[in-house]
Amino acid sequence: MGRYLVRRLLIAVPSLLGISLVLFTVLALAPGDPFGELASNPNVPPEVAAGLRAKFGLDDPVFLRYLHWLSAMLHGDWGFSFVSRSDVDTLIWQRLPATLLVIGSSQVLALLIALPIGVYSAMRRYSIFDQIANLWAFIGFSLPPFFTGLLFILMFSIYLDWLPFVFRSDLGATGWHWYWEEFKQAVMPVAVLALFQAASWTRYVRSSVLEVTRLDYVTTARAKGLPERRVVVKHILRNALIPVVTLVALQMPALFGGAIVTEQIFRIPGIGSLLISSILANDTPVIMAVTFVFACLVILFNLIADLIYGWLDPRIAYR
Amino acid sequence: MDGAERAPLGSETWRRFRRHRLAVASTVILTAMLLAVAFGPLVWRVPINDIDFSAHLDGPSWTHPFGTDDLGQDLLARMLYGGRISLAVGLAAMLVAVIVGTAVGAIAGISRGSVDAALMWLTDLFLSLPPLPLLLLVIYLFREPLKQLVGPELGTFVLIVAVIGGFRWMQVARLVRAQFFSLREKEFVEAARALGMSSLRLVTRHILPNSLGPIIVAGTIDVAAAIIAESTLSFLGLGFPPDIPTWGRLLFDAKDYLDIAPHWALIAGGAIFLAVLSINFIGDGLRDALDPRSSA
Repeated sequence: MGRYLVRRLLIAVPSLLGISLVLFTVLALAPGDPFGELASNPNVPPEVAAGLRAKFGLDDPVFLRYLHWLSAMLHGDWGFSFVSRSDVDTLIWQRLPATLLVIGSSQVLALLIALPIGVYSAMRRYSIFDQIANLWAFIGFSLPPFFTGLLFILMFSIYLDWLPFVFRSDLGATGWHWYWEEFKQAVMPVAVLALFQAASWTRYVRSSVLEVTRLDYVTTARAKGLPERRVVVKHILRNALIPVVTLVALQMPALFGGAIVTEQIFRIPGIGSLLISSILANDTPVIMAVTFVFACLVILFNLIADLIYGWLDPRIAYR
Repeated sequence: MDGAERAPLGSETWRRFRRHRLAVASTVILTAMLLAVAFGPLVWRVPINDIDFSAHLDGPSWTHPFGTDDLGQDLLARMLYGGRISLAVGLAAMLVAVIVGTAVGAIAGISRGSVDAALMWLTDLFLSLPPLPLLLLVIYLFREPLKQLVGPELGTFVLIVAVIGGFRWMQVARLVRAQFFSLREKEFVEAARALGMSSLRLVTRHILPNSLGPIIVAGTIDVAAAIIAESTLSFLGLGFPPDIPTWGRLLFDAKDYLDIAPHWALIAGGAIFLAVLSINFIGDGLRDALDPRSSA
C-alpha cells in the first residue's frame, strides 16, 4: 500500500503542473495588465510603475514568468488582496474549513442515500421501487443546485420557518445549543449538494450492481446457501463499488461548481463565495489563488479516490 | 443512395426510441418549449422591458399569465425571450463541445503513439479541471475586451458558448477515440484501406458515420449540461448583462423576492428544470435506441 500511495502521489505531480500551466496560460492570454490601473494613474510616476513591473518580473519572457508564478504559488506566497487588504493565504485559510465541511458532509450524506437505493433497485429490477428510484434520479440530476437551494429556502425557511437561510459564522450560542444551531444552518446547504450527487450516484450503483450480480462467483455464493444479505454486502457490493469510485472521482470537479453555487445561495463564508465576491470586486490575486486551491482540491480528492480504489481492489494496489 | 441504405436503420431506431415512453413525452414537451420560444414573442407582443409600477410583483393573472417582476415587467414575455437565449446557448455550446471532442478523439483514434498519448493527456487534464471556477476566471478576464470587440450581447454569447463548450468536449473525445479503436480493426475499414483510401476519407466516410450513435447521445446530454452551466453563470450574476433576461438571470433577480413573489423564481427555475429534465430523458431514450448493449 505504501508503494502504491507513493506512485499515486507521483502521478498527481504532473497533473498539478498541467493545471498550473492551464491557469497561467489563461492569465497570460488575458488582455489587459494587472498593473494597468497603476500605469494609468497619474499619481504614480512612470519610473515607479516600471520599477514595480521589474520587481514582479512582468517584463520577463513568458517561460520565466511561469516559473516565478509557480514557485510563488507553491511557497504559499499568493499575493495581497486588493480589496480586503490582507494576505491571500490567510483569507483562504479562514474560508477553507467551511467549504470542506459542507462538501465533506454532503458526500457522506449522498453516499448514505445512493448506496441503499441503488443496491435495492438493482436487486428488485423493474419493480415499482426501481422505477420510482430511476425517475427520482433523473429529477435529481436535472434540478440544478441553485434551483434546489431556492426551493428549500422557500419550503423550509419561508413557509415552514424551520431553518435559517443565512449561514452565520458568529452564532450567539454555547454548548449543545451551539451544535444544534450549527446543525440547523448546515442542513439545507449540505442536503442541496448531497441530493445533486446522490441522484447520479444512485444510477452508477444500480448499473454496477447489475453488472456484478450476473457474474459466476455470485451464483456460487448463492448456491452455497449464503443468506442473500451476506451475498449482497460481502460479495456483490465490494466489487460493484470499484467502477462507482472511478465515476465519483470523475464527477469531483463538477461537485466544486455545485459547492460554489450553494455557498453563494446560503451565504456560507467559504472559498466559493470568496471567489464570487472577488470576481465582482475585480480582486485578481484572490481569484487566481481560489481557482488554484479548487484545482488542488480536485487532485486531493482524486488521490483519496485512488486510495479507496486500492483498498477495494487489492489487485491494483499490490501490482 | 445513402437514404435508401439508412432508412431501415432509422426506422428501427425510431421503433426502439418509441418504447421509452418518458423520452417520447419529453420530446413533445421540448418541442413545445422550442416552438414557444421561437414563435411565442410573435404572438405575445408585450415588450420585455415595459415598466409598470402599478403591477409590481403581481402573481399570475389574465393580463400577465406568468405575473410580473419587481419593475412590473411582464414575465411571460421575458421568459419567452430569455428562453431563446438559454436554449440557443445550450445548443451552440453542445456543437462546440461535439466538434472539438470529435476532432480530438478522431485524431487520437486514428494516429497511434505519441500524438494519441499527448491528446489523451490533454483530455485527462481537462477532465480534472474544476469547470465552474475556470469558467468564472475566463469570463472575468476576457469579458470586457470581448464586449468592446463585438458588442455586449454577442460578446457575452460567444464567450459563454466558447468556454462552456471548451470545458465539455472531453467525454465526446474519449467516446470517439474508443469507437475509432474498435472500428479501425474491422474488416470493412481494412478493405477500404487496402483499396487505397486516404486516411481523411476513411475517417469521414467509414469510421465516423459508424461511431455516430454514442456521439449523438453524449451531445444530447451536453445540451442539458450547457443549459445548466449558462443558468449557473447568470444565477451568479456573471453571465449575460441584466437587460438580457435569460432564465438563469431571471432566477438571480427573483431570489431576493422569494418571500413576497415566489411565482417569479418558480417559473424561471421550473423552465430550466423542465428543459433539462426532458433533454436528459431524450438522451436516455436515444441511448436505448442507438446502443442497445449499454442499456443496463
